[in-house]
Amino acid sequence: MSWFEKIMPSRIRTEGKSKRGVPEGLWTKCDTCGAVLYRPELERNLEVCPKCGRHMRIAGRARLEAFLDAGTGTELGTELEPRDILKFRDSRKYKDRLSEAQKQTGEREALVVMRGELLGRPLVASAFEFRFMGGSMGSIVGERFVRGVETCLAESLPLVCFAASGGARMQEALISLMQMAKTSAALARMRERGLPFISVLTDPTMGGVSASLAMLGDVVVAEPGALIGFAGPRVIEQTVRETLPEGFQRSEFLLEHGAVDMIIARPEMRERIARLLAMLRHAKPPKAAESLPEPGPDPDVDAA
Amino acid sequence: MNLNFLEFEQPIAELEAKIEELRHVGDDNDLNISEEVARLEAKSESLTASIFSNLSPWQVAQLARHPQRPYTLDYLKMIFTEFEELHGDRAYADDKAIVGGVARFEGRPVVVIGHQKGRDTRDKVYRNFGMARPEGYRKALRLMEMADRFRLPIVTFIDTPGAYPGIGAEERGQSEAIAHNLREMAGLRVPIVCTVIGEGGSGGALAIGVGDAVLMLGYATYSVISPEGCASILWKSAEKAPEAATAMGITAPRLRELGLIDAVVEEPLGGAHRDPALMADRLQQALSSQLEQLVEMPIDQLLERRYRRLMAYGAPQG
Repeated sequence: MSWFEKIMPSRIRTEGKSKRGVPEGLWTKCDTCGAVLYRPELERNLEVCPKCGRHMRIAGRARLEAFLDAGTGTELGTELEPRDILKFRDSRKYKDRLSEAQKQTGEREALVVMRGELLGRPLVASAFEFRFMGGSMGSIVGERFVRGVETCLAESLPLVCFAASGGARMQEALISLMQMAKTSAALARMRERGLPFISVLTDPTMGGVSASLAMLGDVVVAEPGALIGFAGPRVIEQTVRETLPEGFQRSEFLLEHGAVDMIIARPEMRERIARLLAMLRHAKPPKAAESLPEPGPDPDVDAA
Repeated sequence: MNLNFLEFEQPIAELEAKIEELRHVGDDNDLNISEEVARLEAKSESLTASIFSNLSPWQVAQLARHPQRPYTLDYLKMIFTEFEELHGDRAYADDKAIVGGVARFEGRPVVVIGHQKGRDTRDKVYRNFGMARPEGYRKALRLMEMADRFRLPIVTFIDTPGAYPGIGAEERGQSEAIAHNLREMAGLRVPIVCTVIGEGGSGGALAIGVGDAVLMLGYATYSVISPEGCASILWKSAEKAPEAATAMGITAPRLRELGLIDAVVEEPLGGAHRDPALMADRLQQALSSQLEQLVEMPIDQLLERRYRRLMAYGAPQG
């Protein structure tokens, strides 16, 4: 225990383990800059470190509540509950893993879908809950995503999805692989109908989710510093037997390689996406987006 | 140990060795030997039948990867005529892990696309063990779009451990390439028949696997992750691969039962590699009956049917 922790009054001491971001404590430490942060303030700042700008992971529901206009969100597909079709069991039963994930996160599945408004304009937005079995895509995640698309098709709405997932859910085996085909086919209909889909890739977006719905946005946005790719870094290292280059599979790397359109910092997400959607739909600029600064030189790139 | 036989086939291998030995002796003398050979051959066949009637999913996975199993180009020779291979994605390279082109199937022009594995070490490296990079999936898509333009049905053969996990593959957008194929295949205005002929490894398999009919050979496998990969993540030990293979349900009969594939094409006794001609014959019949039905269907009806099929995967009431 450090001297600081010793003299710190016990009621504001963070819970036990010195691991990163213990949610129940009042204080948390930024993994990047080491700053000790006051949790309520961090939450107000949408889990972005006010000292260094690191984008920490944010819960799917909190994400949507912050993204949509206050009080406009109604959740879709809540009646859809995960099932254990294969009676899958590894070292533990899939059923038990599911109920544990439900208890831990307060969610029924790893995807939350809402119909709501963004700067006064209706849309459907969905967000993965990474803490729910790594945001993995099983049959109900696929089905909920498709419900969102169907609402868009029925009401001519745009779709926004915040991905945060390790990929397909192994416990649903081939059924989960098929969700890649299912969600992609649904997005093909959005495209046919000329309804915009903006896909936001957050930390992490890997495997089967990356190789399906997440990469199919008309506009693909990444959050700063997110890990994005198909194969995991460890698998690649084992295959090619060399160390991976610095920043490999990070948002900035993807932007450089032409895989994403832009990187948007979380606090600007609402206005920038609203602005994009308004242009794609031939609508007037949303009020709150008018005040956005015109894009200058990219702050992430050294002036050349 | 005879390397043409898998571990669980060793009793068969021993019998076969004995038969071979007897035949050798038989060249020099005696008549009774041919009787003995016939007796042993019958025994070998019934032994094979009994071993193969009760394979574990893990044993099936070994068969699906058998080094002598017929590959895409083998079936192309046996089932199709006038195959003209078409190369390249027009942007970066020609990926040798996926082959494709135009050919005739029972006289009808079609586009054929399939993963290709190599037979010997050099060939395996040349084909990158059947693991495609983005340019492979993009070549496949280019050929499928051509099929759409010229109204040629598409026949695909799936046989891959998975998409290649490499640095260059990631840099060139492995995820995007796969995703793009999934979306476009859902809307191609021609019939698509997909057959898993060996290993159906995850997204790399699905990237040429969205269609109007999905078939599997009897000892092919299809799964979201390899049994070894699943075991090392969920059991923390790759040695639990046999358990993982069982839990995931990777075999053709099981997937048929779950409604995830349409038909199983039975393999010859001992697997496709024991009698490739017979296997090709059965595969041809299966493809023929699927294509006959599908080409008759009005295209909008076919597309609606394809969409409904995709939406039914894992749907709560389906």
